[in-house]
Amino acid sequence: MKAASLTLLLALTWTSAGAATLTVNPGESIQAAINRAAPGDTVRVLPGTYRETVFIDKNDIRLQGVVHEGRWAVMDGESRLNDGILASGHGVIIERMWVRHYKGNGIMTQGANNYQIIDNVVEGPCFYAIFPQFGRNGLVARNFVTKSDDAAIYVGMSDGVDVLYNVASHSIIGIETENSRGQLIEGNYVHDNVLGIATTMLPGLPVKTAETTIIRRNFVVANNIENFAPPGAITAAAPSGIGILVLGTDTTVVEDNYIRDNRSAGVLVADTSFFVTTPDVRMDPYPDELRLLRNTYLGNGADPQGSVKAILESAGQSTGVDVLATGKGRGNCIAEREAVRSLGIRRFEDCAPGTTSAATLSMRPSQPVAAPEYTPEQVGRLTYLAVCSGCHTYNARLVGPPMLAIKALYAGRPAALADWIATPTRRRPEYPEMPPQAYLPEQVRLAVANYILGELEN
Amino acid sequence: MSGAPQRFAAQGLGAVLALIFCVGSGAAAPGQEWRLDDACPPGFEELAGGTCAFRSFYEIYGGSVDHGGLRAALPAIRGAARPQLIDLGRYLFFDPLLAADRRTSCAHCHHPDLGYADGRGRSMGLAGAGVGPARSGGAALSRGAPTLWNVGFLRRLFWDGRAASLEEQARGPLFAADEMGNSPEQLEADLNTIPAYRSLFAAAFARDAAAPITVAEVVRALAAFQSSLVSFNSRYDRYAHGDAKALDAQELDGLNVFRGFVARCSQCHIPPLFTDSEMAVIGAPPVPGLPYDAGAGALDPDPALRGAFRVPTLRNVARTAPYFQAGQFKDLDAVVRFYNDARGHAVPAGQALQIHWHIPMSRPMLSDADVAALVAFLGTLTDESMAPAVPPAVPSGLPVVAHSGSSLPR
Repeated sequence: MKAASLTLLLALTWTSAGAATLTVNPGESIQAAINRAAPGDTVRVLPGTYRETVFIDKNDIRLQGVVHEGRWAVMDGESRLNDGILASGHGVIIERMWVRHYKGNGIMTQGANNYQIIDNVVEGPCFYAIFPQFGRNGLVARNFVTKSDDAAIYVGMSDGVDVLYNVASHSIIGIETENSRGQLIEGNYVHDNVLGIATTMLPGLPVKTAETTIIRRNFVVANNIENFAPPGAITAAAPSGIGILVLGTDTTVVEDNYIRDNRSAGVLVADTSFFVTTPDVRMDPYPDELRLLRNTYLGNGADPQGSVKAILESAGQSTGVDVLATGKGRGNCIAEREAVRSLGIRRFEDCAPGTTSAATLSMRPSQPVAAPEYTPEQVGRLTYLAVCSGCHTYNARLVGPPMLAIKALYAGRPAALADWIATPTRRRPEYPEMPPQAYLPEQVRLAVANYILGELEN
Repeated sequence: MSGAPQRFAAQGLGAVLALIFCVGSGAAAPGQEWRLDDACPPGFEELAGGTCAFRSFYEIYGGSVDHGGLRAALPAIRGAARPQLIDLGRYLFFDPLLAADRRTSCAHCHHPDLGYADGRGRSMGLAGAGVGPARSGGAALSRGAPTLWNVGFLRRLFWDGRAASLEEQARGPLFAADEMGNSPEQLEADLNTIPAYRSLFAAAFARDAAAPITVAEVVRALAAFQSSLVSFNSRYDRYAHGDAKALDAQELDGLNVFRGFVARCSQCHIPPLFTDSEMAVIGAPPVPGLPYDAGAGALDPDPALRGAFRVPTLRNVARTAPYFQAGQFKDLDAVVRFYNDARGHAVPAGQALQIHWHIPMSRPMLSDADVAALVAFLGTLTDESMAPAVPPAVPSGLPVVAHSGSSLPR
């Protein structure tokens, strides 16, 4: 074992000796293959229909549907199962799966970094078709997502995510980022939703900032369907016919999009309170430092709806606009002001000539997010504190015997102590039997044994 | 090592003696000197400056502390304290001297055998006798005692979130007429008449023993002790750290219901702490015979806070029935069935609540199997392996609350 190489303590990453490919045939369980897979392995799912919820809690698993002569690997929730794919393992790749008719989400990651969700089809009705949450460094690309009761692609409380070349339709919102920092939304075709693309800052969530979003070169067309959100949902407040919504987020760039035939407004810039009134003193609800650069606007605002209509009417306007700004954001700018039909941008400055986001090709970090590295010595001490110290102290009886006695008993024999920890036997009649700690991998048991016999002092 | 915490620590009476005999936990016979433990509690590491810092496996995952997930960092715990201060807080926590009736300690409503809650829907305060559901004769309170497990991680205290620190929180029950009923003057006077406390406070705060004990010191010590109540070694945690066999098939189903998006539990009860420390309006049913409890809305006219309560942690939740702020639900099955019903169905007529957006259902959408799996999963969050020792005696000489360890031989 190298001196500084226990990057993941207990996740068994070191057990993989060369990546394997596991194949799932129709009639077999995808989950069973995931359970057999080791980090680095690929699980290939052959065309057919699979009726299950799949969860991936190991790192570096690739779940790959095989498309053969147009036939896909279909996961069908039959409007009976809750969620399609749930993943928490870092480095997970979910690709080319056809996921349909799950009551909850189609594909959800929670806490996974370095993930890729690519080339999938996700069909509702569902809540979110694709929902990465609490992740750093993600790619959501080339998916076809439709019929979500909220956002078809929802990036929640994440950092460094690219959302590229997806097609999102027939949902309340096509693509949304919520309380996230650093995302590129580029090249997507977003049509026939209530609202096309949204970047939002919402209250009452543990992440209190939402910033640095580039919305670029998307086709945002005819997002005019009637709002079908249930009463009480935040999205129920969304007026139909918004192309792009900037809600309370900072340092957003909207550039080079094709924004056409959205009946209420091409772009709406608003404070968080436009949709959600829950107070949250720890967040800034105003959209600051927005740069509305050159975009192509065609035919937006022909038939304003709901709250947009009310705002326009109170300003004495009956038809909609390309850009509608409400609220109190600061430091915002717009390019080609004279080319845009607008309302509420009086406080916007003119963007400096030549301003562009073109140099930013990705929001993903240049290197995968790595877990902190711990030496075996550090792992040993951490394990002692996190596990052993519940029952043992250095020189006194707690539940188990004092470590002084153990040090004497096993001096020079760390491997023997590591073995005994896994399958303890009762040695001292005056003490309860120690529960087995076999769930700790061998290297961790050896690390803690070395710590106890070496470094541990009063 | 099953069941209730059964530990009887040897602390402060000398290492040699402790090695030979299993002695009581810092107990001092009459006339004997009281001493404070100078070792950090289980799960805590002594730093170079002499304070105790919490350590857990979750730190190895790194990442943003405002992110959650299966293998994510924990939110920050409150600042490190000296071990002596933690141990002083332990004595105070179990000492009925802190209440006007001299019989109610913090532990009467935050009891070690009852998940550091009290097993009651609504707690019973001053002048009561006994603990748990059998407690009787005391002042009836309008809410239940929340668990103190992992309380050091919370940014808001009380069901209505009105306190921002444990120090501020402690002043609430100490000086509430129907809880411990004390006054700052009386509390200070009582403590200052006990020589053992005078020397223990001096030791804990590393100050002159001639200085008087103050309420500010009392609540700091109580906060330090409560922050040592940590629970992150459950079977769920073993699963999180890579032991795929730690949960059975039904519990895994329950984990998936928990984090999935029909039930959406994990959106507010965010792992690994299993709370986001936020206020949430969920539309809990009213309590028969009591005026409607508007939670944080009773303290703030903002209509969005009407009916808002702090999201509780689910760590050790199987140990803390009944549930919700006044025990409206007797068990976890009933809680899950409440959520698995139409949004707002239990809100009394005339109460205009802005229910949290993650309370989604218009009809039950979890199957009976899902409900059972979810309840089974919640049972995997139980861990009391780091429970502190209950002191067999406290410096006031008043009796310590009865508990499962009381009758153990020592």
